[in-house]
Amino acid sequence: MTDATHAPAAGSNALTRSWGWIRTLDARYLIAFLITLVLVAAQLRYHMFGSYDRLLLALAVCMATEAILSGFDRGRVVNLLSAYISGISLTLLVKPQGGALWPFVLGGILAISSKYVLRYRDNHLWNPTNFAVTALLLAAPERVSVLSHQFGNDLTTNLVIWGFGLVIAARVGVLHITLTYVASFLLLNGLRALALGQAVMPEIAPITGPMYQLFVFFMITDPRTVVRERRHQIVVAVVIAMMETLIRFASDMAWPLPTAFNVAPAFLALALVGPIAKWLDLRAGFPNNPRHA
Amino acid sequence: MAVPFLAAILLAMRLNRGPIRTVADAARPGFVLRDETARAGIAFTHRRPTFDPRIAGIEPHVAALGASVSVTDFDGDDWPDLYFTNSRFGAPNALYRNRGDGTFEEVGGTVGLADLNRAGEGVSMGAVWGDFDNDGREDVAVYRYGFLSLFRNVDGRRFEDVTAGAGLRRWVNSNGAIWLDYDRDGLLDLYVTAYFRDVDLWHLTTTRIMHDSFEFATNGGTNLLFHNLGDGKFEDVTDRMGVGSTRWTMAAASADFNDDGWPDIYLANDYGPEELYLNDGGRRFILTTAGLESESKSGMSVTLGDAFNRGRLDAFVTNISERGYLFQNNNLRLNQMPEAGRFRNVAEGEIADAGWAWGAQFGDFNNDGANELFVVNGFISANRDKNYWYSMSKIAGANARFFEDAATWPPFGDASLSGYERSRVYLNRGLAGWIDVAATVGVTDLYDGRAVALADLSNRGALDVIVANQNQPAVLYRSYPDSANHWIALKLVGTRSNRSAIGAEVVLESGDLTQRRIVDGGSGFASQNDRRVHFGLGSREWVDRVIIRWPSGTRQVVMRPPIDGFVTVTEPER
Repeated sequence: MTDATHAPAAGSNALTRSWGWIRTLDARYLIAFLITLVLVAAQLRYHMFGSYDRLLLALAVCMATEAILSGFDRGRVVNLLSAYISGISLTLLVKPQGGALWPFVLGGILAISSKYVLRYRDNHLWNPTNFAVTALLLAAPERVSVLSHQFGNDLTTNLVIWGFGLVIAARVGVLHITLTYVASFLLLNGLRALALGQAVMPEIAPITGPMYQLFVFFMITDPRTVVRERRHQIVVAVVIAMMETLIRFASDMAWPLPTAFNVAPAFLALALVGPIAKWLDLRAGFPNNPRHA
Repeated sequence: MAVPFLAAILLAMRLNRGPIRTVADAARPGFVLRDETARAGIAFTHRRPTFDPRIAGIEPHVAALGASVSVTDFDGDDWPDLYFTNSRFGAPNALYRNRGDGTFEEVGGTVGLADLNRAGEGVSMGAVWGDFDNDGREDVAVYRYGFLSLFRNVDGRRFEDVTAGAGLRRWVNSNGAIWLDYDRDGLLDLYVTAYFRDVDLWHLTTTRIMHDSFEFATNGGTNLLFHNLGDGKFEDVTDRMGVGSTRWTMAAASADFNDDGWPDIYLANDYGPEELYLNDGGRRFILTTAGLESESKSGMSVTLGDAFNRGRLDAFVTNISERGYLFQNNNLRLNQMPEAGRFRNVAEGEIADAGWAWGAQFGDFNNDGANELFVVNGFISANRDKNYWYSMSKIAGANARFFEDAATWPPFGDASLSGYERSRVYLNRGLAGWIDVAATVGVTDLYDGRAVALADLSNRGALDVIVANQNQPAVLYRSYPDSANHWIALKLVGTRSNRSAIGAEVVLESGDLTQRRIVDGGSGFASQNDRRVHFGLGSREWVDRVIIRWPSGTRQVVMRPPIDGFVTVTEPER
């Protein structure tokens, strides 16, 4: 009886201690942990990326590019954790024709260099992986595609990634972005289906896929490229979902869009909306900053 | 800072157009293929099935299989004949008898192999030939979405349905079957692959009939192994032998991959990884990964051939690629089983992407001593302006609950899905890789190819190509190789082994050339090649020796056989 009475309290304390420990960790390490978890699970359970050469190549290129460019730009080599996350994301997302390795090389260079080239007021505007993948899809659609499946369509895997993802998103303070986007996706695409007389289920199905798990936990919530205020972050998440719905509508109507829009509408929506929102945010936030005067 | 950034974008755009290296020898492949279908008198058009209206929304997808072709010599005149299957109720299968003068006559109705697509029985998906009763005449097993059938060749002019007596009347929604003698008792056994589980596709009780994963599905039908008892009867030994895969198998092939003297079974599975069942002394099969588990895919066919003249049978497995959407890449698996216990995938560049690829076959079209690869492709060619790939992308990555039910798929309508693709003919350049020369050699059709089989139809030392196209006309490409090259073909006759010699492996040695081939008991997708094995020799003017390992285990060496002709080899009695 006593044991039974105390067990929940002990469990609760353990949970509190764990949460407290998680709160002390640098957010980047948590994100790095999550993406590594996804990678390991994908490889061990699904042998998802086949050979390890693409992983090593993507990591090496991303980290080397970061080291070199930060050395030139700032006179010192910055923490390479961000490059590590980009390297793993590219490994998971990029699916080249014929096992080619060059997309991982060029993707790594594009991801990292975009942070140093496409800047406004000392901030980069695009999530690096989002930029790289979108650029590859637009520049080389005959040779590069993105992960569309390969995660087994398995509920257990979904639940594990969603479970860890939600905890870490809460710790990093971006859970509201994830949830806003998911809710907006479901609502808007449900409405799109109804408006076009289509079945709703296939239109909301993509949100359960692995591409979207990576999208909602690693791209749309990237702390370096989201706008600053919580209220604005929610608005931007809704706008991104609206843009994606518009892209999907265009695909439904067979408008002549580049294939990339049909293949990865969420990535394209973020690539279009995210930088504008960030630019507006930076522009509004530094009116009198003498460094940018 | 901007230099690497811009350079990366420009380089990606350049690489999008293809490899930077130019290819010098693509213009002179050493052979041409001419469409001589009409001249040969072949006028077969496949008709796809129709199913229960409850799955009408995705019927184009479910009904996208069934065009098959198999080569036989049913009348024993040494001229290869052709058997095509049809897949609509009332539409006849066709048996084209080779007249020996370059033309064929259709005799399916006469011999009793035409009217096989009937309500209640199912529709044909393919056929595989072999002399199961060792009477010297080739019999045929027909697999369906429906009941299996076995027809005994009575006298070379008539076939008798012996299915029920053989114990083979089983409903299997099958896309493939192969003959092999897994226990080396001299009798051909039958392995039948299953795709949909054993539902009646015309009278469904549920629409939850689809796969439960796009990469790891295990809810397909159960593959079956039937042991030939030798008295006209077969016994289902699937469970005992451990070969009842439920992975939506599209195709199977058999050979002794690990050189232990027993035939193994290689499976190409849709919605899942390939599988290799190693034969443990005829007592059971052991499922092994052998390096096949990486990047699970959509295996559409498996064919065997000596890709780089190593004296080994390698496996080529076709998969699905669609520019921009999905690159699942074909696999060319080099056989390293004897020394490493695994296959190594070396498919890179052009050979990895043949679109939505189906049947494929290795064959030496230019007789230069190296195998080429013929690959057919294209899934559904309908309205050119409507593409189902976008719809497919919505559900392909989603949770299984969204696509296991056929009723929740976005309806197909008249959309195309990887339609109007051109077949590939890959020239073998050894370590320089494979290059597509289809247009150069004259293969330009845009049909939805399914099965492809190779045969020397005119007994002239040239491998002709027969393609069965889904819901479209069959095509015969006559091959015209460089006349300067030499060749040899062997017809094997089993005595202790099965009479068809199916499963016999032949290694030819001629100077620096070593090449292995196998007598075909079914390979590719819904197809079977000429049972005579054809070797190109290039400029080599003699063969040092031919080593035959018969299915019985007998090893036979033929020294200095004559070239530029057919050689019949009979298995020694002892």
